[in-house]
Amino acid sequence: MKKEHDKVNKKYGMVVDLDKCTGCGSCMVACMSENNVPFKEDESNKLDSITWMRVYKVSNKKPYPNNEVFYIPRPCQHCGGQHEGHSPCVSVCPATATDYDYTTGIVSQVYTRCFGCRYCMAACPYHARYFNWWDPVWPDGMEKYLSPNVSPRMRGIVEKCSFCFHRYQVAMEEVYGSDDKEALEEGDYQTACTQACPAGAITFGDLNDETHAVHKLKDDKNAFRLLERLGTNTKIYYISEREWVRRAGDNYNPGEKTGSVKYKTEGH
Amino acid sequence: MSTIDEKYQKVVVSPVDEIIGSEKGSSAIILVFFIAGLVASLVVGWVIFPKVLYSQKKQPFDFSHEVHSEQVEECTGCHFFRDDGTFAGVPKLAQCAECHEEVQGDTPNEKVFVEEYVAKEKEVPWLIYSKQPDCVFFSHAAHVKKAEMECKECHGDIGTSKSLKVYEENRLTGISRDVWGKSIGGFKSNTWDSMKMDVCAKCHEKHARQKEKETKHEQKNNYKGACFQCHK
Repeated sequence: MKKEHDKVNKKYGMVVDLDKCTGCGSCMVACMSENNVPFKEDESNKLDSITWMRVYKVSNKKPYPNNEVFYIPRPCQHCGGQHEGHSPCVSVCPATATDYDYTTGIVSQVYTRCFGCRYCMAACPYHARYFNWWDPVWPDGMEKYLSPNVSPRMRGIVEKCSFCFHRYQVAMEEVYGSDDKEALEEGDYQTACTQACPAGAITFGDLNDETHAVHKLKDDKNAFRLLERLGTNTKIYYISEREWVRRAGDNYNPGEKTGSVKYKTEGH
Repeated sequence: MSTIDEKYQKVVVSPVDEIIGSEKGSSAIILVFFIAGLVASLVVGWVIFPKVLYSQKKQPFDFSHEVHSEQVEECTGCHFFRDDGTFAGVPKLAQCAECHEEVQGDTPNEKVFVEEYVAKEKEVPWLIYSKQPDCVFFSHAAHVKKAEMECKECHGDIGTSKSLKVYEENRLTGISRDVWGKSIGGFKSNTWDSMKMDVCAKCHEKHARQKEKETKHEQKNNYKGACFQCHK
């Protein structure tokens, strides 16, 4: 039985509690510094700035006193697609620069293979991919503070959230190299945004592993995913007790019940 | 009019006659010219260009692995794994100073080491032959401990060498020549002749295919490779 369980691939995912998220942006900051994301002096033009993790503010657009907002952190959704591996970006990439990693369920981006055609950006329904319009310019001395485990990207290629894959690489190295560690535990591999969130709104782990918190959280009755009816089968789940928040996660027709567009996932 | 015609004929017709007349001789000249050009291009491409491309750097001082391997049994005696599984690589000064507090033996290199580095507590700026480019994640633990590969498979006979070879650096990329390897044609007689991506991919692909066979049926034929294993 144990052996059979071992053969099930990992499927890393995230559950974000939107009722806990205050929109502080710590996850965005942590992500940028962890992943050596380049920035410019003026970041106000969001069309050419890069934010792997992006917090959006959503309003119910009702006048005071009924006005309400929620904040939604949006990393790469790591779509599994209708059959595992059929992610929108992976299927259009002509260079195999982006691929679906079956062992972890992570959608990869190999910078040295990408030649910047941006098909993937067009295919991505979540705007999770960003193009480097310029070579990165680090302020004086900052080069020494860059994360050594993430290679900086050059002009002309696409980048996106990797679920801090380099942390997985390092964690696995410890499993292989140290004598007293046999398997990866939940705490061994966590993304930078998860650890940085002061509200504890983000939970990260293996969706297939019953011992991980996300395994249970994803089946919460208030859990939903973004644009589920597209069948992208994403690995980022959001939770909110407020119905209008859950309803904002997809394009509902009038009269359609909230949560009725759930995409059914097959075991995997 | 007629004079112009005659001139015209002289100019145009005569070279044609010549070519037809000396066809054999000139084709030989063309062939020789072509071969000479080819040889020259090959010499430029295979001999001169690599010389220009790679700068030759000397290590701070010479080091004999042979002498040390008599004292220390295994490679991991000096090049050890840390407790967290990471690989320490080239030893730090403190590690060497355990034995080399004072000059041992009478080689000039030993004197340089003890006087210039140990006494001044200065780390030796070794040039690392197998240092990978920035975009590569390489785990020694995964290869040496998990896959049980020998050090020699990548690093060659350095463990028994008497002196350090010249470090050749690609002037354009700043990467050691050992990564690409010396054979321009890509032919290798030893596993350690080059450490190009193809070499890594060969084995990683094999394992990916193996894994593909073991996984569920709907995931079959989806493995494109194992790029994300090493790229970061």
